[in-house]
Amino acid sequence: MAVLEVSGLTKSFGGVQAVKGVGFSVEAGELLALVGPNGAGKTTCFNMLNGQIRPDAGDVRLAGVSIAGKSPRRIWRMGVGRTFQITATFGSMTVLENIQMVLLSHHRNIHDLWTRATRRHADAALALLDRVGMASQASRPCGVLAYGDLKRVELAMALAGEPRLLLMDEPTAGMAPAERIDLMALTADLVRERGIAVLFTEHDMDVVFTHADRIIVLNRGELIAEGPPAAVRANPHVQEVYLGSGSMYGHAGGKTP
Amino acid sequence: MGFYLVQFLGGLAQASSLFLVAAGLSIIFGVTRIVNFAHGSFYMLGAYLAYTLAERMGGAVGFWSAIALAAVATGVVGVVMELLVLRRLYRGPELFQLLATFGVVLIVQDVALLIWGPEDLLGPRAPGLEGVVRILGRPFPKYELLLIALGPIVLGLLWLLFHRTRWGTLVRAATQDREMTAALGINQTWLFTSVLFVGSLLAGLGGALQIPREAVNLHMDINIVVEAFVVVVVGGMGSVGGAFLAAVLIGLIQAFGILVFPQITLVVVFLFMAVVLVVRPHGLMGRQQATARGAGHVPEAPIHASGMMGRVAAVGLLVVLAALPALFGDYALAVLTEMMILALFAASLHFIMGPGGMVSFGHAAYFGLGAYGAGLLVKHLSGGMVAGLVSAPLFAGLGALLFGWFCVRLSGVYLAMLTLAFAQIVWSIAFQWYAVTGGDNGILGVWPDGWASPRWAFYYLSLVLCAGGVLMLRRVIFSPFGYALRAGRDSPLRADAVGIDVRHLQWLAFTVAGAFAGLAGGLYAYSKGSVFPTLMAIPRSVDGLVMVLLGGVQTLTGPLVGAAVFHALNTEMVRYTDHWRLTLGVAIVLLVVIFPQGIVGTLARLPFFRRKEA
Ligand SMILES: Nc1ncnc2c1ncn2[C@@H]1O[C@H](COP(=O)(O)OP(=O)(O)OP(=O)(O)O)[C@@H](O)[C@H]1O
Ligand SMILES: [Mg+2]
Repeated sequence: MAVLEVSGLTKSFGGVQAVKGVGFSVEAGELLALVGPNGAGKTTCFNMLNGQIRPDAGDVRLAGVSIAGKSPRRIWRMGVGRTFQITATFGSMTVLENIQMVLLSHHRNIHDLWTRATRRHADAALALLDRVGMASQASRPCGVLAYGDLKRVELAMALAGEPRLLLMDEPTAGMAPAERIDLMALTADLVRERGIAVLFTEHDMDVVFTHADRIIVLNRGELIAEGPPAAVRANPHVQEVYLGSGSMYGHAGGKTP
Repeated sequence: MGFYLVQFLGGLAQASSLFLVAAGLSIIFGVTRIVNFAHGSFYMLGAYLAYTLAERMGGAVGFWSAIALAAVATGVVGVVMELLVLRRLYRGPELFQLLATFGVVLIVQDVALLIWGPEDLLGPRAPGLEGVVRILGRPFPKYELLLIALGPIVLGLLWLLFHRTRWGTLVRAATQDREMTAALGINQTWLFTSVLFVGSLLAGLGGALQIPREAVNLHMDINIVVEAFVVVVVGGMGSVGGAFLAAVLIGLIQAFGILVFPQITLVVVFLFMAVVLVVRPHGLMGRQQATARGAGHVPEAPIHASGMMGRVAAVGLLVVLAALPALFGDYALAVLTEMMILALFAASLHFIMGPGGMVSFGHAAYFGLGAYGAGLLVKHLSGGMVAGLVSAPLFAGLGALLFGWFCVRLSGVYLAMLTLAFAQIVWSIAFQWYAVTGGDNGILGVWPDGWASPRWAFYYLSLVLCAGGVLMLRRVIFSPFGYALRAGRDSPLRADAVGIDVRHLQWLAFTVAGAFAGLAGGLYAYSKGSVFPTLMAIPRSVDGLVMVLLGGVQTLTGPLVGAAVFHALNTEMVRYTDHWRLTLGVAIVLLVVIFPQGIVGTLARLPFFRRKEA
């Protein structure tokens, strides 16, 4: 059974149909890229998958269980981790504490009013940071990190919940090209190691073609193509959409937030 | 019928005055995000200036020019405040400017007293509008008709100003998204200054127009600023149209509330605000504001458990405190006891304001509930002190549990105003329910048990409970609960996405803070031997805010230092000078300018105290 199955997902804001009848699925150990021009509805899709906004219609199933309309909190507990297009971390905590915080929540420790939080799960947190290459910055305040480093911290935070499904919204935006390749290579390793399913959006087509197992293309809220990278690249409809923005083959820098 | 019509028109006239003041407040908040406590002082200043000018100039031309001049002069005073004080604080923690504006409130109070004296001053009638007209046979002052017309006229003018001028466009843009305007390279400093001018001018105009209606007096400032905040919040912060609607509703509620509920006149308006906020968390016409993504505001530094030095200092302080009864007499011990109680009160407020990220304008409610928890036990059940000190935090904690459930559904200034509404409701119950609370006669004879009645013994009892309370709150801040609370404050989005139920934690935190404030209140009751409704009145809530902000809301020891400094300034100045408000106000403004992160917050940023980054 697929880890994630989406069908007929629809959302409009006022008059704007941001997402129209989108359906797809992701298997364990698979990296699925969701691409499309700015404003195509990618982030809106993500927000519906992790419960931040309620779909107008359609269903989202996680390992067969419907999660549409549940709160982000509950969806996370069911094994969905997420990174945000505009990073969201706990700015008044150190990098290590950010991960510890997630572990505390994952292990349901947050109603403990007495023990010292920084003494809990420190080793596990450090191991996760090590995995994303942030161990050396563990004691720095999160508020002062470079943007690329924040993205790594977010990845570690998402992993700390031991997710079955990882949603990554522009995980490499704001990074230098070499760094992007590194981060996605790391993600691909993690996915294979742990059998996680990954859905990610990305504007850098090099990254997408190198790492995605499959690609789905969204334009104005509608899915217009789906398939392995080579097939999508050759799809005339996709080329047409992307020629407009000219970003499919050149080095389209990820949109900076 | 005529009676009701006249009552209705009276409500509308009141609404117009309220609207002028509230519109200014709303514009200032919308653009600068400053919670301007001094706005009521500007209203009062406008009234006094108009009074003096009208007396000097005389005649019809003199009267109307006096009103206009007073308004403009008040606008200039607003600009001076912005240039000299507020401008230095835009980079500080949110709400820090509030402290400066509170200093200005104190200064204006004393300056007004010095210039115009303590007597109420009755201004001249408006030339040409002295008499009354008959409406369905009932007399109605002509001047009130002018006011009724003035509200919509000013609303129209403001609309034109906002929609037909470039300045207005900027103001609207800044109200919606302050950072966007900053990013567009708009000269923010100039925009802020001009907004303070217009806002203060409206306050001054509102005040000046009162002189034919009521005697100018020194209490105008506090009364109006609270009402204006209610109007602004009910209407939706930053929405001038909302302020108008809310002013009309509140004017009418006041006019008819007196007829329907003479018993609870004092709270009808606050009950109304509470209902509006519970139903519409952003006011009637307010929109959710783009969240400030750390706009010009320093991210809080990570917290650290105290190292060796810190522990030594803490133990040293406790030893010194424990030795003091050997050195000081009863008066000093009483002052010190009070200081420790206030420190616990401030620490409890800091707990929700700092780690919790919830600003409370009504924290005194829980201080007072604690005091009444002890007092009522003494009065009705003849309970002893130990029972009283147990019931104090319980009583306050239950109150916080109830009110907190509503409050945590809101955020920012809306939350703050809802806490104020609840505090006012509790206050008016204590004030008006004579049979149970003794009303403004309070409850007397709340004395400590025999063993604790010597000053020094009560001092030790307070030391143990206050230090214990502060240490427990600190422990909670370092616990997983405290971390999760901060996580919810730092990024609600991320917290929710990693399984943290932010609202639930905030509710618990609110309750914990309420219980500790209640303990402080209970101790206070026994230290004074009495309980009065003033314990939960607005000034005490403001004192709490001042202590926390003065010390530094982003630090853990700040509230303690703030409480000590504030209480010391307060008691010493009352002893040595008649103009303690002026001196205290100037002291606060200076402290704010010298320590823009709060006393402890600023000291902690000095190289000497800074922790080495690993
Ligand atoms: N909360 C909202 N209210 C109104 N409109 C919205 C909202 N969120 C998104 N939209 C609109 O929905 C459409 C899709 O936006 P979305 O952010 O999902 O695009 P995206 O594919 O993630 O774009 P990008 O590549 O720029 O991140 C856009 O037209 C956007 O303006
Ligand atoms: Mg997006």
